[in-house]
Amino acid sequence: MKVPTASSEAQLEQLRRQAEINGRVNRAGIRPSGSPFPQATSENGYYGLPLLKPPVWTWEIPTYFFVGGMGGAAAVIGAMARISGADPKLVRDARWAAAVAANVSTPLLIADLGRPSRFLNMLRILKPQSPMSVGAWIVAAFGGASTAAIIFPRRLADVFAFTSAALGLGMSTYTGVLLGATAIPAWSEHKRVLPIHFGASAVASAASTLELMGNDEKALHYLALGAAAVETVMVAPRHPLIRLGGILSGPVPLALRLIRGRSSRVRRAAALISLAGSLITRFAWVAAGKESARLSFSPARGGEGAAGG
Amino acid sequence: MAITGFLTDSTLCIGCKACEVACKEWNDVPSDGFVFSGLSYDNTVALGHSTWRHVKFVEREPLIGHGGNSGAQVTWEFSSDVCKHCENAGCLEACPTGSIVRTEFGGVYVQPDVCNGCGYCVVTCPFGVIDRRPEDGRAFKCTFCYDRQKFGEQPACAKACPTGSILFGDLEAMQHAADARIAKLHGDGMSDAKLYDARDTSVGGTHAMFIIRGDERAYNLPRNPEVPTAHLRAAWTSAAIAAGAIALGSFVAFALTERGRPARSRRASRSSTGRRPGRPATADETSALRGGK
Repeated sequence: MKVPTASSEAQLEQLRRQAEINGRVNRAGIRPSGSPFPQATSENGYYGLPLLKPPVWTWEIPTYFFVGGMGGAAAVIGAMARISGADPKLVRDARWAAAVAANVSTPLLIADLGRPSRFLNMLRILKPQSPMSVGAWIVAAFGGASTAAIIFPRRLADVFAFTSAALGLGMSTYTGVLLGATAIPAWSEHKRVLPIHFGASAVASAASTLELMGNDEKALHYLALGAAAVETVMVAPRHPLIRLGGILSGPVPLALRLIRGRSSRVRRAAALISLAGSLITRFAWVAAGKESARLSFSPARGGEGAAGG
Repeated sequence: MAITGFLTDSTLCIGCKACEVACKEWNDVPSDGFVFSGLSYDNTVALGHSTWRHVKFVEREPLIGHGGNSGAQVTWEFSSDVCKHCENAGCLEACPTGSIVRTEFGGVYVQPDVCNGCGYCVVTCPFGVIDRRPEDGRAFKCTFCYDRQKFGEQPACAKACPTGSILFGDLEAMQHAADARIAKLHGDGMSDAKLYDARDTSVGGTHAMFIIRGDERAYNLPRNPEVPTAHLRAAWTSAAIAAGAIALGSFVAFALTERGRPARSRRASRSSTGRRPGRPATADETSALRGGK
């Protein structure tokens, strides 16, 4: 914040006078004969320069999408296992998975900030129309609840675990809204798909993680199977990484579980593949957003331009 | 306090870039380096974290007649771009810290002492204006010279403009000036002159309006800018469906497989092995489980 003074205004005046004298472009544009000549056109936009700014997010954000989604879904699975009276080991493992994921997520998110020391500013206000603000509160509350669920004994642990499961539903799906409600064409065009896609991916990675932690419950197998089925029919932009992530999250584990699901070894292999697919998928969507912004010389609405689509 | 606005008239711009210089000087915006773009005389290239006014050199096919030239040379239009200060501003709606606010003059202002550099405004600006400055970590864009306006001064760019291409004043007065100017241009035969203010989109109008010629896309202005909050309902509905499916799916999965199944003895023995929770099962334990199945 500066205060205008006589000298600052005189300086602007001088700049104006100087521009009036020297600033005119008197030379006419010359078309170099026979050479390519960049033009501003309806099709090309302004010399094909991007209209939009690419996302500034680095690896921390897609990693968080993966870890946070997994933790959120693990909390839900843990709560349902608890309600149904499943093996206490599964319940305990799910709570630990949720708590570890939550405590990895927060540092990842803070590390990605331009000013990490100001991370608490995220909790200055709650803004329902900002998915980032809603998400920050969900992450904070989920972190608290899921950590408390592994610290406190019995009854209290249950209360916190059910709270973290409710928040976990948000954790595993809000990130789709976060990407969908933006100006980036590749994301906003898939605003209806992304929350379901990320949710399915979260369930697959949570069930897979719990299987790899040594839980053999059929329910986990069925959950991973269902998630893989949803991932198989998912609509996604044509992007090589998204393709790869999609194949590893959808058809491959689906086929493995359907055909050889009886073998726990095959189930574990499917779980590993699902986890890889889920991680790749999150990185792919962020990469697709960057590419979409780079190609956004005109927005992909009303048949204009082609970005990510 | 009056609601103010910019009217930038590309038919009057001579491409002197005094606005760029004045903006940098007044706001102490750091240098953003020099790149030879090869795109007309425009080496500034785009608005960004350290470019808050940007003169575009719109070089097009020869246009003969009024405002055109002989046909042997290209047609040039200069247009000084700036943050649009949207009526429904994507960045403002998205900002989770409340750093981005609407000022008493109607402009959209980033409070540098609050911004924590989350970067969400960058992807929610439909005009690609705001950006995060890497060496600083926070997001920056045109302040609408909020500090100058507080003292009743016009923004530095408008003050330095030698041709009246950048007009600044009461928003309604600017809208009337725009209408009058376009009527005049049409009367003079420049039939492709038009006002760009995104009024008929979800952006709901801008506080920085532009008089341009022909297709806005040649000026890197989107034809149908959309404020991303327009996507919220659809996206949250999907999220709710997904959350419901996850809750129901996992409930059903356990209800079907666990119902009426008492804890088996191996479970009891497993929980009494004293294994600390969270530690991955050892190979022995895993194979034991598998064997027990």
